[in-house]
Amino acid sequence: MKFFPFLLANLLRKKVRLSMTIGSFCVALFLFCLLATIESSFNQGVEVAGADRLVVINKTSIISPLPLAYRERLLQIPGVKQVSHAIWFGGIYQTEKNFFPQLAIDHKTYLQMYTEFRIRPDYWEAFVKDKEACIVGPRTLAKYGWKIGDRVPLRGTIWPGIWEFNIRGTYQGARDEDDLTQFWFRYDFLDERRLPELGKGTVGWYLVKVENIDMAAKVVAAIDQRFANSAFETKTDTEKSFASDFVKQIGNIKLIMLSIGSVVFFTLLLVTGSTMSMSVRERTGELATLKTIGFSDITVLFLVLAEALFVSLMGGGVGVIAGKLYTLTGDPTGGLLPIFYLHPQKMVMGLGLALLIGLLSGILPALFAMRLKIVEALRRV
Amino acid sequence: MAIPIIYNIRSIIIRWASNSVAVLGIAGVVAVFVAMLSMARGFEAALVSSGSPQNAMVRRGGSSSEMESVVTLSQVKVISDALGIAKGYDGNPLVSPEVIVIASLPQRSTNTDALVQIRGISPHTFEIRTTVKIARGRCFTPGLPELIVGQNIPKIYRGFELGAQPHFGGRTWTVVGIMDAGGSAFDSEIWCDGLVLNQTYKRPAFIYQSVTVRLTSPYALAELKNSITSDPRLTVQVERETEYYERQSQMVTTIIKVLGFLVALVMGIGAVFGALNTMYSAISARVREIATMRALGFSEWSIIVSFICESMFIALLGGIIGCIIVFPINGYTTSTINWQTFSNVAFAFRITPGLLAEGIIFALLMGLIGGLSPSIRASRLPVSVALREL
Repeated sequence: MKFFPFLLANLLRKKVRLSMTIGSFCVALFLFCLLATIESSFNQGVEVAGADRLVVINKTSIISPLPLAYRERLLQIPGVKQVSHAIWFGGIYQTEKNFFPQLAIDHKTYLQMYTEFRIRPDYWEAFVKDKEACIVGPRTLAKYGWKIGDRVPLRGTIWPGIWEFNIRGTYQGARDEDDLTQFWFRYDFLDERRLPELGKGTVGWYLVKVENIDMAAKVVAAIDQRFANSAFETKTDTEKSFASDFVKQIGNIKLIMLSIGSVVFFTLLLVTGSTMSMSVRERTGELATLKTIGFSDITVLFLVLAEALFVSLMGGGVGVIAGKLYTLTGDPTGGLLPIFYLHPQKMVMGLGLALLIGLLSGILPALFAMRLKIVEALRRV
Repeated sequence: MAIPIIYNIRSIIIRWASNSVAVLGIAGVVAVFVAMLSMARGFEAALVSSGSPQNAMVRRGGSSSEMESVVTLSQVKVISDALGIAKGYDGNPLVSPEVIVIASLPQRSTNTDALVQIRGISPHTFEIRTTVKIARGRCFTPGLPELIVGQNIPKIYRGFELGAQPHFGGRTWTVVGIMDAGGSAFDSEIWCDGLVLNQTYKRPAFIYQSVTVRLTSPYALAELKNSITSDPRLTVQVERETEYYERQSQMVTTIIKVLGFLVALVMGIGAVFGALNTMYSAISARVREIATMRALGFSEWSIIVSFICESMFIALLGGIIGCIIVFPINGYTTSTINWQTFSNVAFAFRITPGLLAEGIIFALLMGLIGGLSPSIRASRLPVSVALREL
């Protein structure tokens, strides 16, 4: 610690270079945070999916409906603890650009299924009492300036007409990465108002909670077998593999973006490292002087290394903090990526990477400094 | 008086090692920038080229895509009588009521299912969608479970080669033809007889999702719109086909563009740091040269201009190299899910001259920013002190 002022003085000698080295570390780490966030937002759903929940969809595809009558039949299957259902509404608020997910849910069972969503009991009570009620996530509330008690109109796309809802409450996620943009309203309201030929008495998908996770595979097989060869065959999967199958369809786009980004991240850091080693080599004479006045080889090694680590930590720290602050401002595409969240784990990983590169870029010059022969070094000009 | 540009070029060549770091940095940024935008543009182009300005799509009012729409046979008949619709070889109006089903089919690459749009077409479809041709095999026989598939389908999904017999929707089909739709979204679709499709998926026989009509000319849209919207029997919306497909591409394009820009911007800042570093060290190594030039009578301004030119020249080199690196991805085909139509679309990266020009401009901008403050510093060097330096 007593060498700290010396370290600082050394670093501050070339302020421009220092600020640029720190700056590029900072940019690299910001980029890292950004890529990590993009990666997890493409994986949205997979990370937050509940392991004990199954999703039952129509075998044809998720947009084909399933009859409401399946609910009772699902409950009869051994190992099934609870069944709920939902349907995608796809309404438009003012213009098509205002995208947020709207789900018509079964208000009797949905909350027991999604225990990760926290709702104040009075909000839920109001929701259950009012048929035209809706519960809106805090992100969506904030985005459109809605308040609890407001009445909001949505233009139906699948079910034509203007649908008006009373906002009766909002929810919070148990985890930071939970999707806070959803808009829920009551399935019975939808089903009552829609025309018979537009899927009255059907749901989009069923959610099944199993009694214990070990039974999931058995229940999956039992459900699909139960409805095989019926008019509405089903395809059941755990929520996690359902979400990850969906993510796989995004295909190469994710891979391309991330691989490009990672290559750039490393080049940026390597360039920074080379600048740092340059600054050590410039001071060969000084290092020799230090040794002449009695500093041991190891101390010189540590001094040089500490300098590199200090710079990388400073730059990396600022970059990670800036990255976190940026992701807190929300999704840059305006609602298309509902989960835009930088996980603390990734932040730590980023800092670790910065330190690693600092170490790698410092170790060669540091070894060079340690092995420096005083006579030879002082002879150089 | 201006300093000859050859001086800067020679200086760059002499200090090639440190300059090449800056050049490569900028090249990387430009390559990423162009790659991201070409991806967005390719996706957009695949969808937009699906539509023709001379076609119009009629859907139920309020529906934002074909899937959500329902049109009945009696409505189709009313639409056929509307004004502005071209006549086909058989003398009937060119109207194509179509059925859309989304099916999940097994992907080759991941072994998981992906969603594919299956379009049940009508006899007039090929006369309306003139860009779609049968490349191999033949068209399906009406009434039989036969499929014609877009040319990307056999590449992406298992069991859809010519002559294959895929099983979905509870029946076995035969692939009898491969379509070439010129890289548009139809290349990622499967077509069959609309009646057979409705029957397979146990839907009512004469219910369609959309009606596409051929206009007498691209200018006849207003005429058609008037005639359809004034009819009280119809609650439909009319849209030019190109506009429809452009809208369907918006979501994915926006995501790629916004994220691509963001990544390129952050990288750009990094590259500017690299350029600044290079220029500062270039200048501190040439303190005496600069002082000599000042002593010879070159003004502060000509020093600034000269060094900015040098930095922009480095950036230009980087930009050109970046464009060369990225160019091979032009035409590379990949596929992604389009959330708006809920189905997978294959598309090719498209690098256009305009995009390359944007990349070069981006590079020059980085060079300008990276060169500005070092060159100002160079111009401010006190001549007498600098000349004395060793």
